[in-house]
Amino acid sequence: MSEFKQTFNSSLGKKLIMALTGLFLCTFLIVHLGGNLLLFKNDDGFAFNVYANFLTHFPPIEVIAYLLYLSILVHALYALILTIKNRKARPVGYAVQAKSDASWSSKNMGLLGSILFLFIVIHMSDFWYRYKYSGSMNYKEYRTDLSSGVTQSVEFAPTSTNFENSVQTENNFEIVRVKDLHERVQQSFSQWWYVLFYVIAMGAVSFHLLHGFQSAFRTMGWVHRKYTPIVEFIGTWFFAVIMPLGFAAMPVVYFFTRS
Amino acid sequence: MSGTNNMNLTLKVWRQKNAQTAGKFVTYKAEGISPDMSFLEMLDVVNESLVHKGEDPIYFDHDCREGICGMCSLYINGHPHGPKRAITTCQLHMRTFHDGQTITIEPWRAAPFPVIKDLAVDRSAFDRIQQAGGYVSVNTGGVPDANEIAIPKVIADEAFNSATCIGCGACVAACKNASAMLFVSAKVSQLGMLPQGQPERYRRVQSMVAQMDEEGFGNCTNTGACEAECPKEISLTNISRMNNDYFSAKLFRQEELHEQSHGEG
Ligand code: SF4
Ligand code: FES
Repeated sequence: MSEFKQTFNSSLGKKLIMALTGLFLCTFLIVHLGGNLLLFKNDDGFAFNVYANFLTHFPPIEVIAYLLYLSILVHALYALILTIKNRKARPVGYAVQAKSDASWSSKNMGLLGSILFLFIVIHMSDFWYRYKYSGSMNYKEYRTDLSSGVTQSVEFAPTSTNFENSVQTENNFEIVRVKDLHERVQQSFSQWWYVLFYVIAMGAVSFHLLHGFQSAFRTMGWVHRKYTPIVEFIGTWFFAVIMPLGFAAMPVVYFFTRS
Repeated sequence: MSGTNNMNLTLKVWRQKNAQTAGKFVTYKAEGISPDMSFLEMLDVVNESLVHKGEDPIYFDHDCREGICGMCSLYINGHPHGPKRAITTCQLHMRTFHDGQTITIEPWRAAPFPVIKDLAVDRSAFDRIQQAGGYVSVNTGGVPDANEIAIPKVIADEAFNSATCIGCGACVAACKNASAMLFVSAKVSQLGMLPQGQPERYRRVQSMVAQMDEEGFGNCTNTGACEAECPKEISLTNISRMNNDYFSAKLFRQEELHEQSHGEG
C-alpha cells in the first residue's frame, strides 16, 4: 500500500493521474456531445427531455456521473499541485525569454483549464443543479397518438412537489411527463452574453485538448511510430475541431432561431 | 585581433557573489570582438580587461570547448546555449550576433541548480541522479567477444542517440517547469534499451526518478522546449520511454525497490 502511495506521489505518478482523469473526461465529452445532439431534433424537446430524465434516473449512470465529478476535481487539484511544484522549481525567472518552438496551448494549459473549470461550475449550476435540486423546474407533457405517431406537447403542473416523471398509456395515447430541461436550454441560449461565454469556453476546450489528448498518451508512455500519428490526428481533428464546433453550435443555433 | 569586421557589443551579465546573496545585471562593453571567436572566447577577452582594471572577472563554466563535456552553460538572449540550434555555448560563434547588439547573459534558472557564482550553477543534482542508477553491473571474468550479443541496428542507434546527452542541463533551463525529465529519460534509455542494461532496468528507472523528485525538479508537461533547445537534440520520446518503464516497474512488475537495493545484479 505504501508502495502504491509512493507511486502516485512521485512526479510521474501525478502526471499519470492527470493523464487518466483527462482521458476519462475526454470519453465523457463524446457521450455528452452525442446525447446533446438531440437538441437539434425539432420536437419541442421531447427526445432531449426524455434523455435528460433517463440520465438522472438510471442508477449505473449516476454512479459514473459521480466518478466524473470526482475526476474533474482530481484533475484540477493535481494540476494545481503540479503547478505550485513547478513554480517552486524556478524561484528566479529569466529576464529575457525568447519565443520557443513549443505550441501556445502546451504553454497555457493552466489558463485554459481555469477557464474550463469556471465554465463547468456555471454550466453545472445552471443545468445539473437546477434540474436535480432547485425545485424550480417546469414540467412538460408529451402525448403521442399511437396510431398516427404524432406527438403534441403541453405544459403540465404536477400536484405533488416531489413528482419526477411518469409514463402511461390512455385510449391509444402514450403520455410522458418529464421535467422540461429543454425550456431552460432555450432560455439560457437566448441571451447573447451567455452564448458568447459558451463559445469562448468551447475555444478553450479546443486548445486544451489540442495539447492534452496527445500529451496524455505521451505521459502514459504510449509513443509509437505507427500509432502516435493516429492519436495526434484524433486529438487534433476530433477533439480540438469537430467536438468543440459541435458543442458551440448548440447555443449559436438556439440563439439565432429563437422565437 | 583587429580585423575590419570586428564588433562592439553591449553585454548585460548576471553577477551574483554566491547562492546566499542576491544577484543583479551589470552592463559591460565588449569591444573589438572578432566574428570568428567563440562566445566563451569573447567572455575571455572581456574578463582579461576586467582583470587589468583590477575588477572581479565574470565567473562561468567551461571545460572541453568542443561541445562534448557539457560543462558550458549560459542562457543567452533567452535561449540556453544561445539562439542557434543543436550547439553548445562553446560552439557558438560571435558571427551569430551583429555589431552594436545587446546580449543578455543569465545562469540556468532552477532551484536544484543553485548559483555558485555569477553564471556558474551547481549541477551536482545531475550527478546524484546518475549515481542513483545510471550504471550497469559488469561481471569479472574472461573478455567477451565484442559482437557476442546481437543488438538490432535500430535499437543500437536509438540507444546511441540517447547516450549523446552530455548532461549540460539546458533542458532544465529551457523548460517552463524546470523539469529534468529529458536528461533523466536519456540516461534511463541509453542503458535500458540495450541487453547489458537489462538486469537493473526497472530498478534503475525507479531509483533515478526518485532521486530526480528529491532534488526538486519540476514536472514535465510535454511542451517540448527541452527537445528544441537540447544541444544534442535528445528527443521527447525518451520521456515516454522512461514513463513506460517506470509505470510497468511500479504497477505491473513484482520488483520491490527497497528489497532489492542491496541485492545482486
Ligand atoms: S538532454 Fe540535452 S539539454 Fe538535457 S542535459 Fe542532456 S544534452 Fe543537455
Ligand atoms: S565546454 Fe565542453 S561542451 Fe562546451
